[in-house]
Amino acid sequence: MLNTNEIRKDFPILSREVNGKKLIYLDNAATSQKPIQVIDAISDYYKRYNANVHRGIHTLSEEATTAYEETRELITDFIKADDSKEIIFTANATAAINLVAFSWGKANIKKGDEIVLSPMEHHSNLVPWQMLAKETGAKLLFLELTEDGQIDMESAKEWIGPHTKLVAITQMSNVFGTINPIAEIAKLAHARGALLLVDGAQGVPHIPTSVHELQCDFLAFSMHKMLGPTGVGVLWAKREILEAMPPFMGGGDMISSVKLTSFTANELPWKFEAGTPNIADVIASGAAITYLNKIGMQAVREHEIELSKYALSLFAETSKNGMGDDLVLYGPLDASKRGGVFSFNLGDIHPHDIGQILSDQGVAIRAGHHCCQPLMNELGVPGTARASFYIYNTKEEVDMLFTALKEAKKVLGHVSIR
Amino acid sequence: MSLSDELYRETILDHYHHPRNRGVIEKPSTLVEGVNPLCGDELTLYLQVEDSKIKDIKLTAKGCSINTASGSMMTDAVLGQSIAEAQKIIDSFKHMMLESREKDVSLPENMEELEALQGVKKYPVRIKCAILPWNTLTQAIKNVSANNSEKSTKVEMS
Repeated sequence: MLNTNEIRKDFPILSREVNGKKLIYLDNAATSQKPIQVIDAISDYYKRYNANVHRGIHTLSEEATTAYEETRELITDFIKADDSKEIIFTANATAAINLVAFSWGKANIKKGDEIVLSPMEHHSNLVPWQMLAKETGAKLLFLELTEDGQIDMESAKEWIGPHTKLVAITQMSNVFGTINPIAEIAKLAHARGALLLVDGAQGVPHIPTSVHELQCDFLAFSMHKMLGPTGVGVLWAKREILEAMPPFMGGGDMISSVKLTSFTANELPWKFEAGTPNIADVIASGAAITYLNKIGMQAVREHEIELSKYALSLFAETSKNGMGDDLVLYGPLDASKRGGVFSFNLGDIHPHDIGQILSDQGVAIRAGHHCCQPLMNELGVPGTARASFYIYNTKEEVDMLFTALKEAKKVLGHVSIR
Repeated sequence: MSLSDELYRETILDHYHHPRNRGVIEKPSTLVEGVNPLCGDELTLYLQVEDSKIKDIKLTAKGCSINTASGSMMTDAVLGQSIAEAQKIIDSFKHMMLESREKDVSLPENMEELEALQGVKKYPVRIKCAILPWNTLTQAIKNVSANNSEKSTKVEMS
């Protein structure tokens, strides 16, 4: 386990109270909290060297440009990419996926082509492909899931076929916590000449990630789920793919020269970074990466496996958790196959009621469809409650979650059949 | 009293656990579905109107405690009332929930029970849950008044 006592000192928000109770923050799959190093990096930029990047010849602009580009180098190493020119900054993971859909997708997807997805995709890795399919006449195919929320690899062998042009899959489900066998899926896709996009929004913050080990062609993720500020997403893609892709948005910074009726696109990565970027938050994202590097992503993963094993044991032991058969957990039961994301329902109690009663006890969880409405339909529930962990969470906090759940059951239990 | 106690008052829990007027009407004057897509609350409201009076009202619902309790209390409040009186009840309830956020208001005697839902006002995201059945009833009354009884309609909270 990580030294959470030390880590928690870096997170000012964790010492606040909520409704008179100590805050227990278990909504990390939605967004993580930020250490003081990240918060300071933002104000430091605005206080000391606020200037636009890639433009001025003055000192402030040079300092801002250097800091901005340093984050790109840090991220390159963080995901074991070969070349920082392959790292594109976007507004969030959603924007990164949309960039691929509307630049690469429009140039490469035609009527009759197939895009293969899974039913556990976040809306951000579903709706852009629906939009592209509608525009191009391409077909969307969906892999099948096993009972415990894993991808049925037999269905992958079946659905990834000669017409498949792209497979787009999440690295880690934000509902089940399932860690998907990306490298195996990559082999199937590449054997058919298709490309593989990985939605790393949930995976990259929690598991050591190498684009070479994943064998993917695109990787999209978001800094705000990994200690960074909101407003920074990352798209990584192989250089030759990015070189061949047409620019997505036009404007300043993405050009090398402009005439009245034509332009020449800038080189990578700036070709895809039109307009003044989110300089402060990209710089602060560098501080987030540095913070995670100091802990080590392997240690992050091991910490979450420990917490997950503990949570799984409490979910399993109905005699211990006092919830009887009412507590239903979704997703794999093996901590090595999942991240620290636990979606569950408690009898007929609506997830919003669970979320409310937990909040009154200081416990912050997510309740609802988690931007996965098709998956909720598949599970036959309006939504779930979801607790998700990160580096600062402790076993005591997992205990508090179950104490709060007992209270929810006490207040709202014994629901009559309606 | 903790915040939870404020929200989950005894009256609300009673209606949640034992919803009144639950079920369907075989041949209703009108039928309206109400959904709250963001949280997944769903209900179907059946309304039987004769001589401008609510002869019968039934609800089937899948939703949270606030949604269920609000719908149940609503059916109690309007059953047997004239359409005009029902509309007044709807207006007073919505005024209590939406216009008078800051302070509690007293409702007429026949609606006193509904005051229990004022606790919801402290939770802005839950107000929609309480309002959904009422918006659905408003649409049902519109259908009946417009003689639009053949067509079922849908109300979606945004």
